[in-house]
Amino acid sequence: MRPVQIKISIGITIVLGAIVWLAISGFDESKAYFKTVPELAEMGHGAMGKRIKVAGNVKDGTLERDPKLTTFVIELDGVTQTIHYTGKAALPDTFKEGAQVVADGRMRDDGIFEAKQIQAKCASKYEAEYGPDGNAAMPEAMREAIERGETQMPH
Amino acid sequence: MNDIGNFALILCFLFAAYAVVTTVWGARAGRDGMVRSGEHAALLVAVCMTLVLVCLDVLLVRSDFHIEYVSSYSNRELPLFFKFASLWAGQAGSLLLWSWLLTIFNAIVILQNRHRNRELIPYVVAILSATSLFFIILNLFVTNPFQELVAHFEDGSVAAWAPQDGKGLNPLLQHPAMVIHPPILFTGYVGFVVPFAFAMAALITGELGNKWIGLTRRWTIVPWFFLGTGILLGGNWAYQELGWGGYWAWDPVENASLMPWLCGTAFLHSVMIQEKKGMLRVWNMILIILTFSLSIFGTFLTRSGVVSSVHAFAKSSIGGWFLGFLTVMVVGAVFLLVMRLPELRARNEMESMVSREAGFLFNNLLLLGACFAVFWGTIFPIVSEAVQGVKITVGAPFFNKINIPLGMALLLLTGIGPLLAWRKTSGVSLRRNLTWPAVIGVATAGTLFATGTRHPYAIISFALCGFVTATIIAEFWRGTRARQRNTGEILPVALWRLILKNKQRYGGYIIHFGIVVLFVGLTGKAFTKEGQFELGVGETAQIGQFELRLDKIVEADNPNYSSGRLLLGVSKYGKQVTVLAPERRFYKTSQQPTTEVSIRSTITEDLYTVFAAMTPDGRKAVIQVWVNPLVNFVWGGGFMVCMGTIIAMLPDRAMRRRLEKMMDESGSSAAGEGAGARA
Repeated sequence: MRPVQIKISIGITIVLGAIVWLAISGFDESKAYFKTVPELAEMGHGAMGKRIKVAGNVKDGTLERDPKLTTFVIELDGVTQTIHYTGKAALPDTFKEGAQVVADGRMRDDGIFEAKQIQAKCASKYEAEYGPDGNAAMPEAMREAIERGETQMPH
Repeated sequence: MNDIGNFALILCFLFAAYAVVTTVWGARAGRDGMVRSGEHAALLVAVCMTLVLVCLDVLLVRSDFHIEYVSSYSNRELPLFFKFASLWAGQAGSLLLWSWLLTIFNAIVILQNRHRNRELIPYVVAILSATSLFFIILNLFVTNPFQELVAHFEDGSVAAWAPQDGKGLNPLLQHPAMVIHPPILFTGYVGFVVPFAFAMAALITGELGNKWIGLTRRWTIVPWFFLGTGILLGGNWAYQELGWGGYWAWDPVENASLMPWLCGTAFLHSVMIQEKKGMLRVWNMILIILTFSLSIFGTFLTRSGVVSSVHAFAKSSIGGWFLGFLTVMVVGAVFLLVMRLPELRARNEMESMVSREAGFLFNNLLLLGACFAVFWGTIFPIVSEAVQGVKITVGAPFFNKINIPLGMALLLLTGIGPLLAWRKTSGVSLRRNLTWPAVIGVATAGTLFATGTRHPYAIISFALCGFVTATIIAEFWRGTRARQRNTGEILPVALWRLILKNKQRYGGYIIHFGIVVLFVGLTGKAFTKEGQFELGVGETAQIGQFELRLDKIVEADNPNYSSGRLLLGVSKYGKQVTVLAPERRFYKTSQQPTTEVSIRSTITEDLYTVFAAMTPDGRKAVIQVWVNPLVNFVWGGGFMVCMGTIIAMLPDRAMRRRLEKMMDESGSSAAGEGAGARA
């Protein structure tokens, strides 16, 4: 190789090395395990000390809002988990009982999940998930509409 | 109406298939008439697709809730303006928009090249039509926007039905920026198919001179412009509508649009080395393939639901289609590239570390490094779930940790790169050009440190911004002075004509300056202040130099939504400056609350207020407040990038001459392949 090519190769190696180093260290700092409530329960003691995002639905009748601390229980497939929200930001508009939430935080020794951040999505009327057959979500909505006497039934 | 739409879609399908077959066949058999016939079919596809789009919009405007799409994304009370826009609110409609833009691009290419580039055009049209065909198949068979609502009864019978009212458009999307953002972003995504098609046509025909590069470069800057504008508008929408105080969250959907932009930026730079030196010819092919693949991948990421979970992907009906299309396309493109490798050897070699070529090389490395980091961070949850069964997500700190230093390095190159000469730069000229900008950079850093700024990245960033600004001003100054000496024009005239004479170069400098301004704005993020207060009427709160006083709570009601609005008196240094009115709305159709932020925006900082909630006892309002310094520099810088791009895109006589010269050269140098024709 000519000296220029050697110099350029060294330059490229340094830049790539820096990118890889930044990626690895950045990854360790911000990785979080994404778990559903049953999966979190399965982890048991393995969950301690890891940053976890746990997903479930807010159980009806468990939400208690206090100026300092909001507590609630999330549930999925019959498994429950108590959450204490200690973050500073106001909870999002979509956060309410029955909403799907992702709580971002850590598991405490006493079995309570301490969340610093909550993302919530109300069981959405939008972006109605298309089922495999294209319109699986619709007949149910329609049946309700018929019960309310809202539908026009042609022919 | 939906029957007309579906019928037109079927016509599109047939014409597009015909166009693919006849253009390729015609080119192979050397029958121009056949190619022309294929081109006409492709033009008809554009006409029919326009008709399809009109049909869907008529259904939306007429509130025809028999149609599933209409009942899902519109309702009776929705303002007309938004009824039009709900065309691209859902998956089926936005993919229809994709197809339409694609067919329009195809038509433009055909009309522009009726008498030019005839050897490449058949394959360009074939590739564009084949891509259209893929999207038309999705529109017709996979997510058809004209699907009627049907009721399935217990006895197995089926009947059409329509609800009284639709579900309405997501309130978050009821915003002017959101009306224009998707079409502009899509134009960007879709547009990259054209340079890709030219590149592939060059590979197929073996016309690998500089011709495709010239054509491709122009066709790359257009989608690059639209994609950048789309990203900017998306950020602006997020800032004004989402109410979390920021404009960029490294959300997968945002990342999806950033990746092709970064890759396209790399291509736009490295293509210059090929134009001037005949180097990096394989690399440029790889970049354009990568850019287009990332556009398709971005659409796939946004539309397949794969981001939220691999399982959602399995359920989504279009995910597999996209992945299949992407695979076929990449494999095909790489195959063609490998076939032509021997003919794509570089005509020159790198001669010095301190050369324009090396500058571009490192620019490419950094841009692709950033692109790859974003890609990896975005797909990591999917990969880890698929491979290990454990879903691991990475957040904003990951993206920031990599991209901030890379951004700084790119900024440095933005200053140095244009000052480097081709082949080799002498130390003397480098010192002459860089001394003053370096002094200004160091002085900026010193001043900031002396006035109490301690944030390391912020100091480095502002220093680099000062440095790059100085180099750009110096370039304009030198050019203008030289022109004045030659022509005796007065300064503003000389400056104006200097830019007009060489739009591409000075447009490029304006883009660079826009990027500097953008970086100033991004750096402002380091100094954001944030607070949350519970205020009763008459109470005050303090944040930074601002004092907020809750004067009044106003309630209102209209058919679309009911609302509560706070009137906040804002004082700065004890003097009242404005009244802000953040609002909470409750949309009736969707039963969804939303926040309308209220912002006092000045050149130095934004005061950003959100009415988050009422306290549980209903007496006090919960208010979130951000003081975001320099946010307007983000929008201003983005605007300047747009303006610079428009200047660079304007027809340029000098450029055309160069292009013509290049084409002659590429014709003659094809004979003496590898002779190392040095300009």
